[in-house]
Amino acid sequence: MSDILVSEQSAPGPGGSGRPSGRLLEVEDLRVEFRTRDGVAKVINGVTYHVDAGETLAVLGESGSGKSVTAQTIMGILDTPPGFVTGGQVRFHGKDMLRMADEERRRIRGEGIAMIFQDALSALNPVFTVGFQIAEQFRVRRGMGRAEAKKRAIDMLDQVKIPNAKGRFNNYPHQFSGGMRQRAMIAMSLALDPEVLIADEPTTALDVTVQAQIMDLLAELQRERQMGMILITHDLGVVADVADRIAVMYAGRIVEEANVYDLYAKPAHPYTLGLIDSIPRMDEKGQQLRTIKGLPPNLMNIPPGCPFNPRCPMAQPVCREKVPPLLQVGPARASACHFAEELVNRV
Amino acid sequence: MGRYLLRRLLQLVPVFIGTTFLIYWLVWAVPGDPFAGKCGERRCPDQYIAFMTEKYHLDQNVFVQYGNYMKNLLQGDFGQTFQQREISDIILTAYPNTLKLALVALAIEAIIGLGAGVLSGLRRNGFLDNLVLVSTLFLIALPVFVVGFVLQWLLGVQWGIIKPTVSSEMRWSELIVPGFVLGSASVAYIARVARTSIAENRRADYVRTAIAKGLPMRRVVGVHLLRNSLIPVVTLLGTDLGALMGGAIVTEGIFGINGIGRQVFRAIITKESATVVGIVVVLVLVYLVMNLLVDLLYAALDPRIRYE
Repeated sequence: MSDILVSEQSAPGPGGSGRPSGRLLEVEDLRVEFRTRDGVAKVINGVTYHVDAGETLAVLGESGSGKSVTAQTIMGILDTPPGFVTGGQVRFHGKDMLRMADEERRRIRGEGIAMIFQDALSALNPVFTVGFQIAEQFRVRRGMGRAEAKKRAIDMLDQVKIPNAKGRFNNYPHQFSGGMRQRAMIAMSLALDPEVLIADEPTTALDVTVQAQIMDLLAELQRERQMGMILITHDLGVVADVADRIAVMYAGRIVEEANVYDLYAKPAHPYTLGLIDSIPRMDEKGQQLRTIKGLPPNLMNIPPGCPFNPRCPMAQPVCREKVPPLLQVGPARASACHFAEELVNRV
Repeated sequence: MGRYLLRRLLQLVPVFIGTTFLIYWLVWAVPGDPFAGKCGERRCPDQYIAFMTEKYHLDQNVFVQYGNYMKNLLQGDFGQTFQQREISDIILTAYPNTLKLALVALAIEAIIGLGAGVLSGLRRNGFLDNLVLVSTLFLIALPVFVVGFVLQWLLGVQWGIIKPTVSSEMRWSELIVPGFVLGSASVAYIARVARTSIAENRRADYVRTAIAKGLPMRRVVGVHLLRNSLIPVVTLLGTDLGALMGGAIVTEGIFGINGIGRQVFRAIITKESATVVGIVVVLVLVYLVMNLLVDLLYAALDPRIRYE
């Protein structure tokens, strides 16, 4: 299925598993379930996406769509139990990380793939200084001495534009403002110069004005370092400026993938259409906000057919019977809707 | 920080006065004649009674008595027993022994309790976790004297691994079993608190971050997780030193250790009120100082706690 999604710059990936494809990071047909006391929740139901060096993939979706769980599975920080990977691969430089030895996988974290989290206040350890937590990467992973690690950590704080980095080195996370904390988090994750950066809703916990600054910083660092970036968000506004491609997730599946321009201009899935329609618009003041009716499905009991069908304004009988596969609907774009062609071809 | 320390030290003064007054009042309020049976088979001569009454200010009200006692105490004078022995001598010989025993108990608590708690907290519902839960429940449910006598009989008498009683030299190696007995209930509480704390913080975001940084598991647990989980354990350990010293009566009795537990027990039986008060006053001091130390340790462990 992975060869259906062809981006412009790279050749079609091989459909088989395990063979190197030249891609930096690819997730293929990933399946994750949460085994809880109340039953089994199928959280990820065959997610496939990839990211190459120098490009930003935005993963868009509501809470519970599985976008964060996918990222946690890539990083190997899924809480097990209750979470279990039941199928699929996560390949880094063509090698399946899910079948690696623990030690080999650990070495990829931070150096190969790094992650920044939504809430930097809880993600940073409250009892160690910010400087310590950044310098720790140089000391433990690079074997540097205390003084050199400190110098490098201050340099990282400078790179994320924290004023008076030297004086801030010995501050604790709670002494930083929200935006500064997220900057420190970014400095920590970029310390070992990772090839892929996963940013899990990096601006959700911040003020609107600070959000823009952090996104700009991330975009700038991504360009400078030519990293592959996976930006997880539920905010369509954040995505437009920085993403090259967008993957939209719903109920643990990718329902649409396209470049930013195509996705906004002509969504090929009714769910994406609903998301775009629900953005409040300045030129329609006084209008009621548009929403997507209903709630995301219960992951312990996903409706048969297309998981979006109970909420879909276009639903037909076939939608309740057949799960629509993710199929190519144009150059470098794909949709998992029985009526994708009609959506794309409408005027 | 300096001002905080000063304020805390000043707070100790009313607490110290309040507790010692209560102790003084209660101990001397024990019914019965303190001089009954002090002179063998005969009734004590009136001169003796008059002398002792004068010496201990027994004809005055309790406030005056207490005031006199405190005046002497602040000059380092704990007074004398009814046999004219210096109470400070008793305290000086007995306290080091009890302190030694309590420190052994504390070390055992810290090592076994913390170790068991961390291991079971990391693998909740595993075999070790269940073992720890059941065995700690056992230790909590068993009274100290049962644990003490059983271990003394089993290890000392039946198997001969240890000497049943502790010699007067109080060697550290001899104190391991009595120390365990003294700290047995606390070991269980420490293990349980540590277990809960570790299990709670195990899922914390910052632990996930530490793993995502690619740190070795040893470092994630030993540095990031442990430091945060230690805070409630340190509280318990700190306040426990005072409780251990006060609670040594039974353990010292079983293993024949000449500590304050034994002295205070003897003093209560013989109505040596001045001795009881003297020993307990020192216990109160230990308690207060340990509490202060714990509060100061908090700040060292958790920088979010600010003193002003």
